[in-house]
Amino acid sequence: MRDTTDTTDTDTALLSVRGITKRYGAHIGCADVSFDLFPGEVMGIVGESGSGKTTLLNCVAGHMAPDAGEVIFDTRDGGPRDTVTMSEPERRMLGRTDWAFVHQHARDGLRMGVSAGGNVGERLMAVGARHYGDIRDRATDWLTRVEIESARIDDRSSTFSGGMQQRLQIARNLVTGPRLVFMDEPTGGLDVSVQARLLDLLRGLVRDMGLSAVIVTHDLAVVRLLADRLMVMKDGRVVEDGLTDQVLDDPQHRYTQLLVSSVLQA
Amino acid sequence: MTDRDYNFAYLDEQTKKMIRRAILKGLAIPGYQVPFASREMPMPYGWGTGGVQVSAAVLTPDDTLKVIDQGADDTTNAVSIRGFFERTAGVATTTHTKDATVIQTRHRIPEAALAEGQVLVYQVPIPEPLRFLEPRETETRKMHALEEYGLMHVKLYEDIARHGHIATAYAYPVKVEGRYVMDPSPIPKFDNPKLSDCPAIQLFGAGREQRIYALPPYTRVESLDFADHPFEASKADHPCGLCGATDSYLDEVITDDAGARMFVCSDTDHCEDRQPRGHRGKDAA
Ligand SMILES: Nc1ncnc2c1ncn2[C@@H]1O[C@H](COP(=O)(O)OP(=O)(O)O)[C@@H](O)[C@H]1O
Ligand SMILES: [Mg+2]
Ligand SMILES: [Zn+2]
Repeated sequence: MRDTTDTTDTDTALLSVRGITKRYGAHIGCADVSFDLFPGEVMGIVGESGSGKTTLLNCVAGHMAPDAGEVIFDTRDGGPRDTVTMSEPERRMLGRTDWAFVHQHARDGLRMGVSAGGNVGERLMAVGARHYGDIRDRATDWLTRVEIESARIDDRSSTFSGGMQQRLQIARNLVTGPRLVFMDEPTGGLDVSVQARLLDLLRGLVRDMGLSAVIVTHDLAVVRLLADRLMVMKDGRVVEDGLTDQVLDDPQHRYTQLLVSSVLQA
Repeated sequence: MTDRDYNFAYLDEQTKKMIRRAILKGLAIPGYQVPFASREMPMPYGWGTGGVQVSAAVLTPDDTLKVIDQGADDTTNAVSIRGFFERTAGVATTTHTKDATVIQTRHRIPEAALAEGQVLVYQVPIPEPLRFLEPRETETRKMHALEEYGLMHVKLYEDIARHGHIATAYAYPVKVEGRYVMDPSPIPKFDNPKLSDCPAIQLFGAGREQRIYALPPYTRVESLDFADHPFEASKADHPCGLCGATDSYLDEVITDDAGARMFVCSDTDHCEDRQPRGHRGKDAA
């Protein structure tokens, strides 16, 4: 990967989402969503199942074409560019260099028949790494950072537990030092104790690497721990947004109040 | 003797034109897989129907045809394809590489250097080199279009991780003119260097998969590898038991009921050409 000096001034948003709308036929996936993400910030998107979080994330990350709206990313070489209208090769290039995507289901984000080392090394090889020893060293380093024993580097990812697969997915995504990470329910479907460990790990990485991220979750504990700011979605629309602590401690919208109280009761 | 019930070389002219267009497109974009409408042939898939259709489209009455299977002219598959074109096209046939103008092959490149004016036609079972890790055709097509070839190295990485070296010995992936990654068909990797800078035209036909691809003469073809695990065109470390050749690809054959073995040239024409010229191996009668 190129080693360019980061010239982003702090006033420029890393990501500016404007009016993103996606319909499934007559049904609304998400409607008119806008937000800014600044470098080093973590944005949380919460809402109950079916509120449009995944649809929004997929539109923003370029996995799905929105019906309307812009996703402006501050690219390394060309400054702010609308990634919705950029060419597919450019968008896919972003997807394997400056952007990363952690899927809810590890099977969507890992190659199950490939070893842990091969999974972590893939993005390096995709951007031209051609030295086996170097690739392996970096994979080993990343396995350690996500608390996977380096002795398991040659085991197929299908042999790992759910929590380990999620951690492996994170390593595979972060190895190339992306500038923006998208995560869809990264702790979803895991046991509570496993979730806690993964959250701890994510919090450490976010802090140490100064990651910019958009995290979708229905779990308020996740955003409480990781997100600087929060958007609350209902029926495809954003009903409330603000600093995480403010929104959670003093929710304004009735739906948010409901969401927060149901968690407190749980 | 030509069987008059057939058009020259079995296929009708319309079909041959369609195949020739695919071949020309393939030659214009070396290494790119061109879809074509594969026809039913009077032989089962797996018997080289792709290669046969390509040969049928390029053969002219003046051609001399050679057919080899794993280097040998006398195996069932080679004999039946040669017989097929003797019957349907009435072309001359030969076993001598240097006398042939069209050579259809399965799993080998002849040892004798090919020359300008010759056409080598490969039978291809699976044309898509990315398939084993990415089964979705829509996705592999995109990967070729956008030159996203990281996955090929993942496969080689896995090889080294598992075996300590790149264990892929056949169908070893190559990059063509620095652009398309291509499956050279299941030739041994020993043959890979012969793909590059070859004076002959090389055509690849996959019948069941309906793909044709091509290398025009003198195309640069590189075998994929890692800086610290460079490609090696290896072979069994023996001389040929019959002709003593030390630079040809060898088959190991069992010679008696006691399990005695010897290594012999897989290219039978090459071996038989050398022996009368005084080259003798240790097992020669
Ligand atoms: N592929 C699809 N086809 C039709 N409707 C869909 C599709 N994906 C999601 N939806 C609908 O869009 C809405 C938002 O879904 P989704 O983005 O998955 O929400 P969330 O991630 O918040 O659970 C839901 O009503 C869902 O049923
Ligand atoms: Mg979802
Ligand atoms: Zn020999």
